[in-house]
Amino acid sequence: MTSLDATTDAARRPFEGRRLRLGDLLLQGAAAIAALGALVIVGLIVREVIQGSRVSISTFGLSFVWHETWDPVHNQFGAGTLLYGTVISSIGALVLATPIAIGIALFLTELAPRGVRAPVTALVETLAAIPSVVIGLWGILVLAPILRDHVDPALHSALGFIPLFGPPSSYASNVFTAIIVLTIMILPIIASISRELFLAVPAELKEGALGLGTTRWEMIRGVSFPYARGGVAAAMILGLGRAIGEAIAVALVIGAVTQINVNLFQPGYSLAGIIANNAQGSASGLETSSLSYCALILLVFSILVNLLAQFIVRRAGRRLGGLD
Amino acid sequence: MSAADLSALQRPNDRLWRRRIVNRLMELLAWVAAALAVFFLGVVVWSVAKKGASALNFDFFTKPYAGVDVPHQGLANAFVGTFVIVGLATLMALPFGILIAIYVNEYAPKAIRGAVNLMLDVLAGVPAIVIGIFVYSLIVVTHGQSGYAGAFALAVIMLPFVARATIEVLALVPNSLREAALGVGAPRWRVTLGVVLPQTIGGVLTGATLAVARVAGETAPLLFCSSLATPGTHWNPSQPLQSVPVQIFELIEQADQQSYAMAWGAALVLILFILFASLGARWLATRSKRKIARAFK
Repeated sequence: MTSLDATTDAARRPFEGRRLRLGDLLLQGAAAIAALGALVIVGLIVREVIQGSRVSISTFGLSFVWHETWDPVHNQFGAGTLLYGTVISSIGALVLATPIAIGIALFLTELAPRGVRAPVTALVETLAAIPSVVIGLWGILVLAPILRDHVDPALHSALGFIPLFGPPSSYASNVFTAIIVLTIMILPIIASISRELFLAVPAELKEGALGLGTTRWEMIRGVSFPYARGGVAAAMILGLGRAIGEAIAVALVIGAVTQINVNLFQPGYSLAGIIANNAQGSASGLETSSLSYCALILLVFSILVNLLAQFIVRRAGRRLGGLD
Repeated sequence: MSAADLSALQRPNDRLWRRRIVNRLMELLAWVAAALAVFFLGVVVWSVAKKGASALNFDFFTKPYAGVDVPHQGLANAFVGTFVIVGLATLMALPFGILIAIYVNEYAPKAIRGAVNLMLDVLAGVPAIVIGIFVYSLIVVTHGQSGYAGAFALAVIMLPFVARATIEVLALVPNSLREAALGVGAPRWRVTLGVVLPQTIGGVLTGATLAVARVAGETAPLLFCSSLATPGTHWNPSQPLQSVPVQIFELIEQADQQSYAMAWGAALVLILFILFASLGARWLATRSKRKIARAFK
């Protein structure tokens, strides 16, 4: 890697005394401006979202984040219920999606017969490509009634002692439906990143473990998991980021009621969902500004999530680099 | 893995049957997980195909949407709008993304390269709905909704995809090629544009196709930027244009049987487009990788 970098750098540097050409100046200038443009766009996004939220920030201050009233009639806004809905639905989806995704990744790297591997990989990636509005359409018309009539009551009778699985409601659109829809949406992301991580586990280590007489599962637990741990954590965080920011599908299936209810079978709301449902015109300037404030919370979440994932990947990379 | 773990695993006949059963069980769970993902995909695609197919007819593609309970209408306005908006977005994002990739790969010092890559990652991670709020606040508040505003929002979403895909293929082009071209006296810009970039066309097209497939189904940003379209089919992006995903969203909210049927039809068209685009991109990617590999063996 280092020697390759050295040649690149040498090739990049112009010869001493070589005259500057107009074409070089133009291309390098245009390319540099474009790269600067990417920085500017990120800066502009932050600026505009803060700008849009200014009225709401000055009216409600930081307490907007945990206040539970969202009342357009009396112009009182707080994101507490929305934040709760976002967090509970995203974490629920992450809890369900992670083991399934790791199972898929292990299947694709260790178990799948040769002919099955490529098609299943392609199918998992196709699942990621289905637009959220289509998942939402399917979620509200096909999935939600099935969950309400069959799954919700079954879960309540089996796990009813946990407050999350309270008595089923008559609403097909509820927080639990949103969790299932989000699970389907983040499953392929976590699975495809994990697959790449498991593929990168050195064959010598795996063969070494198997040679010591471990079963395949013991090899995976003892070699693959520790090797891929950091990366899988980063993949989970990226999946969580995707779930937190998902607007359309959640807006369609979560029920659109601003209330905090421990029972997952009751309708709720989310930050991204309320923005989507009110995009085509809100009652007052303060409401528009409050929606922008919600977007600001999402933006902060998404940037933090991304930096955290980067940090984990880099730390894991350094740790593994030290092992070699 | 510590030495103690290893010796425990090595001990023969130490509940060997139990270890085997645990192993079988875990393998079974992995099979179930993979089957579950394929099942979800199958169920979604099958529902859309079954419920959407009956909506597709000649009128569906040639007549604009006219409102609830109007017979013989279609979604031509949405198809045209998506075509115009996504086309414009591609025209904005493609050259911009390629230039960023050229800068990162051919010119940038290491530290700046890392910074630009980080920005692209951050940009890719910004939720689409936040991009919608951003363009709303930047353009729509002062200039009103338009196809251009929608195209700009989609271009912002496409940009990191296109740039990262191009960076990846530019990195595949071996340095010997650059050195050879520089060695015969070609100026840097001609090496980059005339020698290096043409090698990467397949990869760039793959990235662009995947980005198009991704944003064609994007609803959230367009709700803010280009959703209040007047009835009828419009091609002019200086006014708000309807689009397929926004149309589906609005049809769902109308919540009647005819609207649902049309929503399923539109969803089927959207999914078919995305499937074919992804398959095409996959085919392009393997072809271009093989080409680069063959050329520089």
